[in-house]
Formats: sequence, C-alpha cells, structure tokens
Amino acid sequence: MRNIFIMFKKEFRAYFNSPVAYVFIIAFLASSNWLYFRTFFIVGQVQMRDYFFFLPWIFLVFIPAVTMRLWAEEKKMGTIEVLMTLPVRDRETVLGKFLASFCFVSITLLLSLHLPVTLSLLGNIDLGPIVGGYVGTFLLAGAYLSIGLFVSSLAENQIIAFIIAVIISFAMFIIGEDIVLLSLTDSLVPLFAFLGLGKHFSSLQRGVIDSRDIIYYLSVIFFFLFLTVRYIETRKWR
Amino acid sequence: MIDVENLTKCYGDTVAVNAITFSVAKGEIVGLLGPNGAGKTTTMRILTCYLPADGGRATIAGKDVSEKSLAVRRCLGYLPENNPLYHDMGVVEYLRFIASIRHIPRKQINTKIREMIETCGLKPVISKNIGELSKGFCQRVGLAQALIHDPDILILDEPTVGLDPNQIVEIRELIKKIGKEKTVILSSHILPEVAATCQRIIIMNKGSIAASGTPAEMAGRTKGGNVINLVIRGPEAEVQVKLRMVRNVKEFEIAGEENGKTRFKIISSGDDDVAEELFRMAVDNNWTLSELHQESLSLEDIFQQLTIEER
Repeated sequence: MRNIFIMFKKEFRAYFNSPVAYVFIIAFLASSNWLYFRTFFIVGQVQMRDYFFFLPWIFLVFIPAVTMRLWAEEKKMGTIEVLMTLPVRDRETVLGKFLASFCFVSITLLLSLHLPVTLSLLGNIDLGPIVGGYVGTFLLAGAYLSIGLFVSSLAENQIIAFIIAVIISFAMFIIGEDIVLLSLTDSLVPLFAFLGLGKHFSSLQRGVIDSRDIIYYLSVIFFFLFLTVRYIETRKWR
Repeated sequence: MIDVENLTKCYGDTVAVNAITFSVAKGEIVGLLGPNGAGKTTTMRILTCYLPADGGRATIAGKDVSEKSLAVRRCLGYLPENNPLYHDMGVVEYLRFIASIRHIPRKQINTKIREMIETCGLKPVISKNIGELSKGFCQRVGLAQALIHDPDILILDEPTVGLDPNQIVEIRELIKKIGKEKTVILSSHILPEVAATCQRIIIMNKGSIAASGTPAEMAGRTKGGNVINLVIRGPEAEVQVKLRMVRNVKEFEIAGEENGKTRFKIISSGDDDVAEELFRMAVDNNWTLSELHQESLSLEDIFQQLTIEER
C-alpha cells in the first residue's frame, strides 16, 4: 500500500512539474464549456445531457494525452531501469501510475462542477441524470486511462502511444454503438453491445446507476491494468 | 557477498553472457572491464534483477536474484548505464522519492538527504531541477540515489563515462571512500580508471571472463616482460651482434634510424636490470647512448592482448 502511495505521489507531482497539467486543464475546460454553452442559450433547458453526450468524444483525445508519457517516457529516458530495480513490485508501480492519472483527470472533472452549480441557480435541475452522468464520466475516464496506460507501456514514443491509445479507445467506444451493431450478424450483437464502452455510459447518464455498468467499467480497468503489469514483465523474456 | 555461477544470458541468437563464474568478497571493489558489448551491462542487469538469467545462478548476500528478487533489490544500490534520471524533478525531490520508496523511516529522510548532499557534493545544486544540471552533477545525483539507503552492495555501471578529467578524479575518490565499507562492482572500458579504484579486475570479452586478478597479478600474466627503448650511435651490425650477447635480452627490433643513431626496441625476459647491462655494453664499446628507458607492460597492453583477436 505504502509503495503504491509513494509511486502515486511521484507521478502525480510529475504532472505539475511541467506546464502540461495546466495546459491540459485549461484546454479541457475551455473546449468542453464552449461546446456546451454554444447551444445552451438556444436550447434554453437546464440539463446536462448534451454535456455528457460529447464528453466521451473529448475524452478520446484528452485522456490518451494524460497517459501517453507514463511508461513511454520512462523507457525513452531509461529511468525504467531505476524504477524496476527499486524494491517495488511491478503491480504497485502500475497501480500508482494509474491512480495518479485518475486523480489528475478527476481534479479536472471536479473543476467542471461549476456547470451543475450554475444550472441549479438558473432553474430546477434533475439531479439524477447529472449524478449518474458524473459517475459514468469518472468510470469511463478510468477505462480510457487504463487503455492509455497499457498502450504507453507498449510504445517507446509518446506520440505513437497517444495515437494508438486514441484508436483503441475509439474502437472500444464505438463497438457498442448502433452504427456498428447494424452491420453485424444477429448473434454477435448482444456481445458487442455489452463490450462497447459507450452503451454503459449512456445508461448511466440517464440517471440509472446499475451495478452491472459499474462492474463492467471496473473489469475493463482491471483487465487493462493486468495487461500492463504482464507486459512490463515481458521485458524479462524478450 | 556476490556469487555468480555459470551465468548465461542470450538475446535471441547472440550470447551476451556465456557461463561466467566469479565471486566478490565483502568489502572488495571489483572492476568489470571489457570492450563494448562484452556483457558487462547484461551481467549487472542480472545481478540487479532487471533481467533474468537464462542459465546459471547468481546470489547476492546469500539470496538468489531470481527467487528473492525484492530482498536482493533492497540491499543493492544501482547506478544504471548512462545514469537515467527524471529531468523534470528537483534534486531534493528525487532523493526524497528514492528515500521513501526505499523505506527509510520518515524521521530520518531529511538527515539522509543532507548526508547525501554532503557526501556527493550536491550543495551547489540543491534548488535546481535535474534537467538543468551538468553531467558531473547528474552523475553525483545518480550516485546519491544509489547510496541513500546505505546499501551493503553497490553496482555501478560506467560511473565516470562522459565526465571531464577533474570530475573523473572526484568520482573516483568518492567511490574509493565508499568502497572502504561496502562491496562495490563497477564496470568500465577505461583501464586506468579500474586500475586506480579497484582491488580486483575481471576482464570480460564476448560474454566470457578473459582474465581476473589484482592489477599487479595481471601485469605478471602477460606474454613478455619489459620493453626497453634504446637509441645508440654505433655501427648497426656490430651493435646487433653485441645485443644478442646481453643476458635477458629476449628479442629486439630496429625501430628506426635518425642521424646516424639507431633506435632499438628490446624486450627483456627477466626481472634483472637489463638497462644497466646495456649501458655497460655501450661504454665498453665506446658507443654513445642518447636514450635508454624502460617501460613495463601496462594494463592497456594486457587488455589489448586479451581482448583483441589476432588478425
């Protein structure tokens, strides 16, 4: 536990050691708020459905940017050799890195809480979908982050880590969407609909917090973290 | 302290380390010497549990590196090749991270960091980021990282590479100081460095151990004895005849001629003072000596003899 916390602290501070963190937060808040308020006054409704609709798409670009350096940088700089010869288990390092990136994204998301607060001042808001939307967003972010972390462990170049993470995240998100499901044979539809990151997100943002969706996201996160730990170990037999 | 038995490691078809066996006693400073690609770094990576061996065993302080990996890593200090560091971290921040991940009790962390700043001479850079440091200071930060938890065993991969001569001397002194209490393995392809710091040398070539021993032992192990340079004015043929008669002159060759003087390169076989006899020979024949000096085969020659294949 202690090792995870120390790793977490190191990685979390690393975000704020460079301007990356501030650029990220500002860019994220600016783009998401602009996209939201662009139609807000035309629609004239106090709800955040639109916000949670485009958030997964913004995440698609922003989340891989958070995770791309986590392993790629260590490998490029060679610091992975220091890291792996410290008396720390690989899984502790992986978990520390994941939690740091999750915490960083969470802070960014918390900074967007001014939206529901503003809305509640403007009219009566329906709390259910908003809470559900935020729960879903945190879980979806976790899933994207674990994918990004895994891809970063594969690559030595941050840009490549970024692009591949975008592609995999996009694929994971889209396979549950109708446009893909329509082109599939009937027998595969339920499977793909279940695997897609998007479907679970949309049921959460309707305000239905179902344990199945939560378990789904947690298992996606676990799966990719597990792959990362395994892949880090493979350096030993390559 | 360190026991290596038949250690083997392959990368695909290339054998990087080929069944090497050696051991290092407590308190020894041992130098791993060899040309690039000799398997030094691979050996060190296996000892530090970064890579597993394909065959053989390595134990550190009685613990097997593959079975008790965490325990081994706890008692090691390791400076990897090229000294990788986190460039956007502060010097103190980095040392604090290493200290806490090494489980140094929280109350002692500050004292330890101060101690390291003292030992490694980091005082002028404590407020800087690692990325802003010169190479010499980076190297010291790397050493401080390896030393902060007071490990019994230190493994340093090319600790002085890329430093200027003054810095090399400083780091060398530092290693000697540390080596009084600890077991140290360091690698290098620079001979004088190893000769200056190490009590024992292991020469590696193409994954195998080519020779090992103290620097003095190594010097005795070479093919020839001493080399003598002689420049003499006299009839060349006659000098050659006389030279053959001098005791302990094993072989000689003419290395050049300059204004009537001939330069001979003489290899002596024994430890006796051949130079004295050569002097007497010149005096007896009334030849003029303009140069006479003896050089013993340096580690450099030994190294070359052992690692360069005859073409």
